This record gives sequence, structure tokens and C-alpha cells, in this order.
Amino acid sequence: MEDQELTQEIKPPTNTKGAARWLKDNLFDTWYNAILTCLALVCLFFALKGFLTWAFTEAEWDVIPANFRLFMVGSYPQEQIWRVWNAIYILSALMGLSAGLWGGLVFRFAVALSGVWFISALLPVELSTRGWCLGAIAMIAVSFFLGRGRTGLRPWILGGWILSFPVIMVVLRGFGENGVLTSNWGGLLLTLILAVVGIVVSFPLGVFLALCRQSDLPAIRWVSTTYIETVRGVPLITILFMGNVLIPIFMPGLDINQVLRMMFGITFFSAAYMAENVRGGLQGIPRGQHEAAQAVGLNYVQTTLFIVLPQALRSVIPAIVGQFIALFKDTSLVAIIGLIDLLGVARSIINNPDWLGLQAEVYLFAAVIYFIFCYAMSYASQDVETGLGIGHI
Amino acid sequence: MAAQENALNDPIIICEDVHKWFDDFHVLKGITTSFQKGERAVICGPSGSGKSTFIRTLNRLEEHQRGTIIIDGVELTDDLRNINLIRQEVGMVFQQFNLFPHLTNLENITLGPIRVRKLTKTEAEEIALSLLERVNIADQAYKYPAEISGGQQQRVAIARALAMEPKIMLFDEPTSALDPEMISEVLDVMRELAHSGMTMLVVTHEMGFAREVADRIMFFAEGVVIEEAAPADFFDNPQHERTKLFISQTLQH
Repeated sequence: MEDQELTQEIKPPTNTKGAARWLKDNLFDTWYNAILTCLALVCLFFALKGFLTWAFTEAEWDVIPANFRLFMVGSYPQEQIWRVWNAIYILSALMGLSAGLWGGLVFRFAVALSGVWFISALLPVELSTRGWCLGAIAMIAVSFFLGRGRTGLRPWILGGWILSFPVIMVVLRGFGENGVLTSNWGGLLLTLILAVVGIVVSFPLGVFLALCRQSDLPAIRWVSTTYIETVRGVPLITILFMGNVLIPIFMPGLDINQVLRMMFGITFFSAAYMAENVRGGLQGIPRGQHEAAQAVGLNYVQTTLFIVLPQALRSVIPAIVGQFIALFKDTSLVAIIGLIDLLGVARSIINNPDWLGLQAEVYLFAAVIYFIFCYAMSYASQDVETGLGIGHI
Repeated sequence: MAAQENALNDPIIICEDVHKWFDDFHVLKGITTSFQKGERAVICGPSGSGKSTFIRTLNRLEEHQRGTIIIDGVELTDDLRNINLIRQEVGMVFQQFNLFPHLTNLENITLGPIRVRKLTKTEAEEIALSLLERVNIADQAYKYPAEISGGQQQRVAIARALAMEPKIMLFDEPTSALDPEMISEVLDVMRELAHSGMTMLVVTHEMGFAREVADRIMFFAEGVVIEEAAPADFFDNPQHERTKLFISQTLQH
């Protein structure tokens, strides 16, 4: 009998409460909290009332659809717009295939993207644009069903993503006179290009710098440390100005276009911060892990690749994604140099006599777009962290 | 026994006047000894006596600064090729297990065979599963180290070392970090390994294990080997005061 009582299962007490109980516990549990809650509600009401009245009666939202193309691609020429759509289709195909192969997070992003295209197609846009939008949805759907369940394709698709990077650059640029000069790249397109190049290149560069800073060879350690500390000691805007002004002076023969110079500036700047984030992770790896790897006979490169980096990077995902988000927003500094990125477009529209006095609408729209991309990165990072949580001490 | 007698004049580890300093602290003060193929040596002594440091010099986790160490005919020098060669022949088990937390138990074991011995994944997994069988935890293959008990983790660590098919196994206080009820399961595995003819150097405080399994017990104190003898002589007829004190203290509990 006693044994039975010992092993008898007792359910944990339930914590679910009704809405009324929740309200009472959290908002009205004492008389002063009740007063604070009421005050907050009143403030919230006036703030929201002001905003909603403005948004629905005073705001002239016409400015957004009228300049939508500018927001998206800047002064990218109309007759070459198929290049942008081709780039989107390449990405859509990869996205669909990946969604089919991996599911989960990628699948959710693919669905969200399809939703964006669907809504775009419903908006009052040109017929050709609608066609392109629906085509993108079809592309995602078809490649999703093609990719579903064929796990053998995974390494190929990963290779495809890496390869898509230069391919899309070429597609967007074209060749020589018939192509689109990078000075015509603009809007969200330019922002995304700068951010993606910055993220994709600065990440491995940062990891490399962090490893160098931990090196046993003093020369390598010093070079890396000097680089990191120098770059971290200078504001990004200064680096962008230097890239813009000094490179042509020091290397007059070398004609590096402005977008490329900004890419270099953003990437090298971000890499220094990335290196410090990664170094934090490297230092958290216990000595025993190195010793165990050595005892098994792994050499330095193998130990780094298979033991140290997987653990170090996993522990600093939040910091790294924070750096990615900062980089994405920092790309807006190129507007000061004179490139017309998303923020640059916003500024130029405000200065256009046709749309005078519409700062609020234009900046709000730009802010929403920035937010969507930054939140997507943050969401992805949380998902990856949860997914990697298992097995981690 | 016959196999052992044949191997008597065939030392697999030779140490000549091995010295080691941590900064100014003289940890090893001239260790000269040799170990035969198939020999089971237990190394004991008070903490800080250099016993762990000594076995760590044998696969170059610590660098010795004077003297020579020859493992299976290869001298340990700064030459990276020699170090890697020797590390493949010398397996090591740590006090804190040091399993790789981001890999499953199976992957912990197959990593070395795949990357260092260049086996295929299938071959390595076959070896790993049979080793997990041998240490009695085949059912834990696809779990992560954090999901199993300390005793099970240490057995995975032993399997990981064995997967490299080493000629020598070093154990650095393998049961010191374990809860008491898990010590015997690890010692059982080590006992089985000892009976299979593996050359074993074990730093441990488990005197029962030492008495039962060891061919020789070495007593370290302040960086030198004060006394070494077969277990019967060591426990029943210790020569030095330090040894007597140590034995009386360890046997009290």
C-alpha cells in the first residue's frame, strides 16, 4: 500500500485563470494600481485617438502608391525592371525549394513572402506588375512541390544560395552600356543589396578576425587586434566619407564605383564588431573541449571547425543577429553620402514640390519597411536558437 | 600471463628524466620510468604531486621541458607530425568527461574515426555502436551528453577514446567527478578493458580498483616517484613514511 502511495502521480496545480481573474491580478490588485491602470488607459486613448484621427482623415497616403516604384528600386530604369524581377524569381525558386526541403522557418517565410506578393497584386498597380507578382507566387509554389521530400538535394540548394549571390549581382547590373549602372540602383533594392553583402561578407571575415585575435602567433594577433580596435574607434559615417572621398584621391587611376566603396566600408566596419561578438563566444569554450579534441587527434583546423566554432557561434547568436540588425539600419547612412537608398528616396520625395509637407507619411512608411525586415531577422534568430537548444548544456 | 611475460622487455612508453615547470613551479622533477605493452599501472599520490601532469605529458597536452619521452618508438618533440601520430595511439579519458555537448553520443565517438582515421561514416558508426554496446549504453547512442548521467557520459568518453583504436589508454581521475553510485559502472568498464590486454595508465584514488587490477602502483609526491611496487607489496609493506601515511589516510574510508 505504501509503495503505491509513494509512486502515485500527482498533477501539478493548474495555472490557467480566466480573463477577469488575470485583469484583477495584474491591473487592479490594489487601489493605487487601479488608479495607475485607469490613468494609463486615458493616456493611451488620447495618444491613439490623435494618431488614428491623423492616419484616417488628415494623412495623404497618396504619396506612397504614387512613389511606390521609387521606394522599391529608386531610379532603376523602367525598361530594365525585368532584371529585378528575374533576381526575385531566382530567390523565389530557391526559397520554394528550401521551404520544401527544410520546412519550418523557411516554409513560414515562403508563405509570408507569397502573402506579400498576393497583396501587391491586389493593389492598384500596372497590369504587368500584377503578372510579375502572381508569377512569383507560382514560382514559390512550384519549386516548393518540386523540393518537397527530396532531402538529397539539400547540399545542392545550399550551393545554389551561395551561387545566387554573384548571379543576382550580374543580373541586376547587366553588362556595359546595355546594363544598369550601379548609380541607378536605389530604394529598398539598394538597401537590401548593401545589407546582404555586408552580412554575408562581414560574418566570415569577423569569424576569421576573431580566430586571429586568439592566435598563438603574436604577429597575427597584433594585426587583428590593431584592425579591430582601429575600426571600432571610428564612426561608420567617417569610414563611409573616407571611402567616398579618400579612395579616389589616393588611387586616382582606380575607378571603383560608389556603391562598391560603400559596400567595402560597411563590410569592414561590421566585421570588426562581428569579430568581438564571436570572440566572446570563443572565450566561453572550456579548455577541456580543446584538450578532448586534441586527445582524439584532431588538428587545429578540425578542432576549430567541428568543436569550437559550432559551440561558440551558437552561444552568440543573439549578439550576432543584433549586429546584423544594426548593420541593416546603418546602411541608411549611405543616404548622407548621396546614394538614394530607402531613406534617400524618402528624403528626395519630401523635397519634391509635388509632395511638400508629407514627412510624416513618408518616414512612417520607410520606418515600417525597416521594421519588417529587422523583425524578420529577430524572429528567425529566436527560431534558430530554439531549434539549436537541444543538447546544449 | 604468458603474453605479459613475452612483452616484458618491450616497453611501449619510455620516460627519461622528464621535467616540467609551470612558470617557476617545478611540477615534475625528473621522472624516469618505462611501461610494458599490456601493463596496467595505477598512479596515485596527494593532489598537486604532479601525477595528472605526468600522464598529460604523455600525449603532449602538457609540454615537458627537459628529458625524453618515447611512445611506441616515436619521440615526443615539437614536431607536429609526431604529436599527431602519438595522439592517435594514445587515448585519454578526463575527469570532467569533456564530451562535445553539441554532438550526439554517437557523433562524439565517430568524429575522430571519420576525420582522423578517414573512415566512412558507415564504418565509423558500426565501430561506435559496437563500442557503446561494450560499455553497456547502446540505447543512449542518439541522445546528447547533457541528457545522460555522469557515469554514462564517462563511458561514452571511454568509447570515444577506444574508437581511435589506441595502443595506450590514459585515465586522468576518471571517477573523481562522479556520484558514488555511478563509480562502479565506470570501474567495471575499465576492469573489462584491463582484462582485454590494453596498456593502461590510471590516475585514481580508487584503491580497491588499484589493488585488484594494477600490475604496478606508482606513488607520486612533490613531482617525483617516491615508491613503486606491485599492489600487494605497496599496500601491505610500504617502504616510505609518505606512502604509509597516504595509505592509512585513503584506507580510512
